[in-house]
Amino acid sequence: MAGVAVSTTINGDDVEFLCQPDETLLDVLRDRLGLTGAKEGCGTGDCGACSIILDDRLVCSCLVLGAEAQGRRVETIEGMAQGDKLHPLQQKFLEHAALQCGICTPGFLIAAKDLLAKNPDPTEEEIRFGLAGNLCRCTGYDKIVRAVQDAASVMKGA
Amino acid sequence: MGFDPRYLERNFTSVGTRPIRPDGLDKVTGRARYGADFNMAGQLVGAILRSPHAHAKIRNIDTSKAEKLAGVKAVITSADLPDLTDGNSEMYAILDNCMAREKALYDGHAVAAVAAVDARTARKALKLIEIDYEVLPHVTDVDEAMKPTAPVLHETVFTEGVEPKPGKPSNVAKRTQYGHGDIEAGFGQADFIVERSFKTEQTHQGYIEPHACVANANSDGTAELWVCTQGHFVYRQHCAELLGMEVSKLRVTSSEIGGGFGGKTHVWAEPVALALSRKAGRPVKLVMTRDEVFRASGPTSATSIDVKIGARKDGTITAASATLRYSCGPYYGMWAELGAMTAFACYNLENVETVGYEVLVNRPKVAAYRAPSAPMAAFAVESAVDELAKSIGMDPVDFRIKNAAREGTRSSYGPVYGPIGIGPTLEAARNHPHMQAPLGKNQGRGMACGFWFNFGGQTCTDLNVGTDGSVSLAVGTMDVGGSRASLSMVAAEELGIAYEHVKAVVADTSSLGYNDMTDGSRGTFSTSLATISAARNAIKVLRERAAQTWDIPVDDVAWEKGHAVAKGEKYGNLPALSLKEIAAGAGNTGGPIAGHSELVADGAGVSFATHICDIEVDPETGATRVLRYTVLQDAGKAVHPTYVEGQYQGGAAQGIGWALNEEYIYGKDGRLQNAGFLDYRIPVCSDLPMIDTQILEIPNPNHPYGVRGVGETSIVPPLAAIANAVSNAAGVRMTHIPMSPPRILATIKAEQAG
Repeated sequence: MAGVAVSTTINGDDVEFLCQPDETLLDVLRDRLGLTGAKEGCGTGDCGACSIILDDRLVCSCLVLGAEAQGRRVETIEGMAQGDKLHPLQQKFLEHAALQCGICTPGFLIAAKDLLAKNPDPTEEEIRFGLAGNLCRCTGYDKIVRAVQDAASVMKGA
Repeated sequence: MGFDPRYLERNFTSVGTRPIRPDGLDKVTGRARYGADFNMAGQLVGAILRSPHAHAKIRNIDTSKAEKLAGVKAVITSADLPDLTDGNSEMYAILDNCMAREKALYDGHAVAAVAAVDARTARKALKLIEIDYEVLPHVTDVDEAMKPTAPVLHETVFTEGVEPKPGKPSNVAKRTQYGHGDIEAGFGQADFIVERSFKTEQTHQGYIEPHACVANANSDGTAELWVCTQGHFVYRQHCAELLGMEVSKLRVTSSEIGGGFGGKTHVWAEPVALALSRKAGRPVKLVMTRDEVFRASGPTSATSIDVKIGARKDGTITAASATLRYSCGPYYGMWAELGAMTAFACYNLENVETVGYEVLVNRPKVAAYRAPSAPMAAFAVESAVDELAKSIGMDPVDFRIKNAAREGTRSSYGPVYGPIGIGPTLEAARNHPHMQAPLGKNQGRGMACGFWFNFGGQTCTDLNVGTDGSVSLAVGTMDVGGSRASLSMVAAEELGIAYEHVKAVVADTSSLGYNDMTDGSRGTFSTSLATISAARNAIKVLRERAAQTWDIPVDDVAWEKGHAVAKGEKYGNLPALSLKEIAAGAGNTGGPIAGHSELVADGAGVSFATHICDIEVDPETGATRVLRYTVLQDAGKAVHPTYVEGQYQGGAAQGIGWALNEEYIYGKDGRLQNAGFLDYRIPVCSDLPMIDTQILEIPNPNHPYGVRGVGETSIVPPLAAIANAVSNAAGVRMTHIPMSPPRILATIKAEQAG
């Protein structure tokens, strides 16, 4: 099957790649571009571990075709920190121990970043429903919610 | 190594603090490498063909078409994994589970595998493999499987543990019995007796990371395996045994692990990946899909349990008995036995008897799931205990306190307890503000207790002092919940240096001696013992080097706060030598400085917890909402309290999912109908409230700091605590887990109908 040539922007950098027409964006990111931060937990859009932001919209990259990235902006976990400087959400996840095994963490961070971009001052309930598309099996979510609350207050003050 | 009471008076410098984990940065930036994040040059993609039948004889497998497909480099069947197990039935079960031999024993059982240049070709090749099945009658329900009329999975299985040996094969692999006293006499003294039957459905550990590995078998007989596992030394052992290799020729590197909870303690795909690599002559990456994870990897047992408990009017339990039937999947496991051992472990009982039956069914091979088998037994027992307290008219907490096991109690499974935490967690629960929180309409409060043994096991640790005085700690127990942080803290504590100067890594199997896997809540308990021992060995060397430098007897050198100190008036002028100074001079005093430790970590202190929860039940739909949840558990000594809280919260959340939602649903055809996260629904963020925790510290007498394992007990009480809360909210006794809305509604309606 002939490959599709795609030009896109990933974490602010211009990127070109060839992919199969039926190849998911998640597989392109992980297998062709070496961006393994997004994880495949289910491949059916149920776990959120592969969350990325596509043109300001939170999506499961396992439900997007690689070819659909043409001409669009992709943000992944690899672009969240600015060099050595962690995003406040990353910092607060560390401080609150909002991760144990960490496999869901990239997805949660991306989803939380999207949530705070749209709602900088969420209630606990809004955080819980805003992150309900991401599964975590280790933490019981308590420390994740607290980390997001703390990050929101830091970001508001900034 | 016994508990050192001096630590009680001592101010810990590292232990008990809450530093950021050393693996944290990689995990928040996406750099941490898990099972599927590793690749090798020339790597092929592996895929496994699985049986669509619950029970079928494999008459013939024709792989010729698949082999001819362009891009396919290897196709294997059980013929490529010959039986080298030499009569070891446990290893044979693992082998047969990795690749079905004569029969497929469950929907999802592996029957063949391919390695191809890419995933698409591999999937296409699977479709070209032709299998001639003779479909056999199947059984998936634990009670059905015990009936004399049930289809028998193995003609070779005759129930063990019964006299005389049965004349006919059956699905009951083993009977076990625990207890002491005379239960008939005990029930005779009872004023009140509660007798009930309970069922729990099969659940999955639900780790978010599917099993994944990269195998590279070389033509010189060596091999490497990169894999997400809770025990890379055990995986090495199993793979080497199944493939006929010497263990030293197989180097296993554990990746970061994306959750295990007991489910990554057994090999499934790894021997297959190695066999594919051996046949193809190239590295092979094998990653399970979520569908495969559900259909073919580690669920817990489904159970059917009868409980009977009697008590006098004053609230003293006079006798307790239980019969526990646990499904094992198609191969024997000691699952009912663990249920029988743990069922009444919280109580001080004169007369107690439990009987366990291991039942074979056409479902995936059961794997450990966090305190395996204990939550279901606790559900049955703690539900009955609550009901009994109600019959007597006693508060459920007071009733449990009256009957709680204590130091000196002979446990229901045999040993006599040392200092334990069941009484203290119950007292703490009674005094917890949660108990006074107001409840509204349709809301109920429940509580329950839980027990887990905790394990120790073989452990080996290397502590190397760098030339700059910083310390590398190589451990062999996989870090599943922050143990690299807690073990670095322990090393820092012993050496008297800052946490920041210690870096712990999980060493591969070629770099360190054998370690048992991270199970039984043993990671921090056992490896901290080995780390303390290794650090003390290093301190001995450091003292010798200082003595040599000073030219004084080593017995006159003490180790204090990270420094060698010359003891005695005569050495008054000698300034203390820091670890850093001694390390810098090591080249002139005898070479590198290190401490090693190899031990069997005996004496893991038993663990107890009490949980309280508030549930609202919608009487019209049967839907539930968790309003409040509190975990009170004995940690012995919390090395990193935040991570201990995390274990408490995580176990509670898994228990809540088990209690309310999660279950394997099989169709009449014996096929799993909900092999995905959409239909097998684990709790999401909006399902749960904050989970409050209280850490109690009753020192383990077998650890210098008093540490006990903390990982597993937190999943034991939730099923019962929630069932008791639902019972109090809706006025009905729930006896079937999960308490999904249809089940609750049906129970309410049945109650109303009288």
